[in-house]
Amino acid sequence: MADKYQVIIVGAGLAGSAAAFKLAQAGLEVVLIERGQYPGSKNLSGGILYGGILNELIPAFWEEAPVERSITKNIVTFLTEQDSFSIETHNNRFSAPPYNGFSVLRGKFDRWLAEKAEEEGAMLVPGICIDGLVKENGKVIGVKADDEEMLADVVIAADGVNSFLAREAGLYKDLHKQDVAVGIKELIELPAGTIEDRFNLTGKEGTAYGIIGYATAGQAGGAFLYTNKESISVGLVIHLDDLLKGKRKAYDILEDFLEHPRIAPLVRGGKATEYGAHLVQEAGYDNLSRLYDHHLLVVGEAAGLLANNGLVIRGMDLAIGSGMLAAEAVLQAFDRNDFSADALSSYQKAMEQSFILKDMKTYSKAPGFMKGHRLYQQYPDMVTGLMEKIYAQDCSPKENIYKIALNQMKESQISLLNLAGDGRKGLFWL
Amino acid sequence: MNRSSIQEKVGINKYEIDEGNSHIHIDQEKCANCVEKSCLYICPAGVYSERNGDIIPEFAACLECGTCRVACANEGLTWFYPRGSFGIIYRQG
Repeated sequence: MADKYQVIIVGAGLAGSAAAFKLAQAGLEVVLIERGQYPGSKNLSGGILYGGILNELIPAFWEEAPVERSITKNIVTFLTEQDSFSIETHNNRFSAPPYNGFSVLRGKFDRWLAEKAEEEGAMLVPGICIDGLVKENGKVIGVKADDEEMLADVVIAADGVNSFLAREAGLYKDLHKQDVAVGIKELIELPAGTIEDRFNLTGKEGTAYGIIGYATAGQAGGAFLYTNKESISVGLVIHLDDLLKGKRKAYDILEDFLEHPRIAPLVRGGKATEYGAHLVQEAGYDNLSRLYDHHLLVVGEAAGLLANNGLVIRGMDLAIGSGMLAAEAVLQAFDRNDFSADALSSYQKAMEQSFILKDMKTYSKAPGFMKGHRLYQQYPDMVTGLMEKIYAQDCSPKENIYKIALNQMKESQISLLNLAGDGRKGLFWL
Repeated sequence: MNRSSIQEKVGINKYEIDEGNSHIHIDQEKCANCVEKSCLYICPAGVYSERNGDIIPEFAACLECGTCRVACANEGLTWFYPRGSFGIIYRQG
């Protein structure tokens, strides 16, 4: 006879542990299953953890959580083969509680959140890879690992971007090459003092760069670089279909990027200590599947949650929020002792009303816009060229900026119509 | 920083290798007819190589991202997670 629990959560990432925390806190019997040796050991991110939602789950979490640096400085950089054009913004409000976003290292951070769920009473089972659902009369009644079954009133699939469980349940369309990007990241160790001097930071503050253009060899996507306490996370996210067309290896593009004259000084003297890869779901709101079925809920990346407006890419806060809302729906289901799809549909409604799906909806046209290639080739060329012409003084009479700009657009092969169209889309879709 | 090869990159990682138990399976017949052979260049860990016409996956270096599974054009490749507790162990992540 298989063991039966009230709730089984598959995957102790941020979504799974957030759900486990809330359910265990309410007194339910929760098993949190993780395929890695410890939570976080399979997880990798290339972005900033926006802490608002976690602050609701665990108030002032930053006082105890292993956060790296609070990001106060955001830099957007357009890169060409030799030049760069950056917009830097430093927000003082982000340097004090409740802060805004943190750099985190998931191997440490996810482990901490899972421990918090354990403290509330969740049972963490690491080192077990769930390979399928157990069904009865077409309804999910549990999960299985090898031939061992574990049963539950509710299963929460928090098994990440490749979610085999959500797919088996028919709640997740299989990923297609046009819907995903490949993320790769290198961790580069540097002393804290060097990082603070180099990035002009004080104390626990941090910098995050978003870089487009030559960073991805002109392919759709971008590079990221941000500071941790004693390391720099640097990597690329490139759309898979572009990467397939270009046939260049992502790690070769990363090496070129790290050698770029504007980037090399930022990582100089550092020591690479880890290299990782992660698929990024880029299909957006219009391609989301249903988030629930009988006895089953899907959270985090397994549900396809990612909000990208080009400047800010968010997955972790959406994951945490979805875990919390899933837990609320499960608690209601236990109150009524009804675990049907109908009962669990309250999760979907709550998600639609929350910032999570609202933000994804707001940015639903962004994935299409971000695939426009002018953004990665012509525009970086245009802005760096324009600034060069404005600053260059070569003893010939200057034209006014308007004329310089028109000439530069011609050189960069951008028409006024292109600019107006892209500008309008950028303003309304991002 | 000096340029590093993919072997050097994955070489600094920590893995628990499930010796002799690959989580990647190749249908050589299907792959022999594949024109794209995208696995050879798309894998961020450089897991796949070609030897005497066969696709050889060095599964031990796998970063478990799933890119190969999505990129594979003719279903010659079957990819699932390694057994529990095996595979990549991100210390930092």
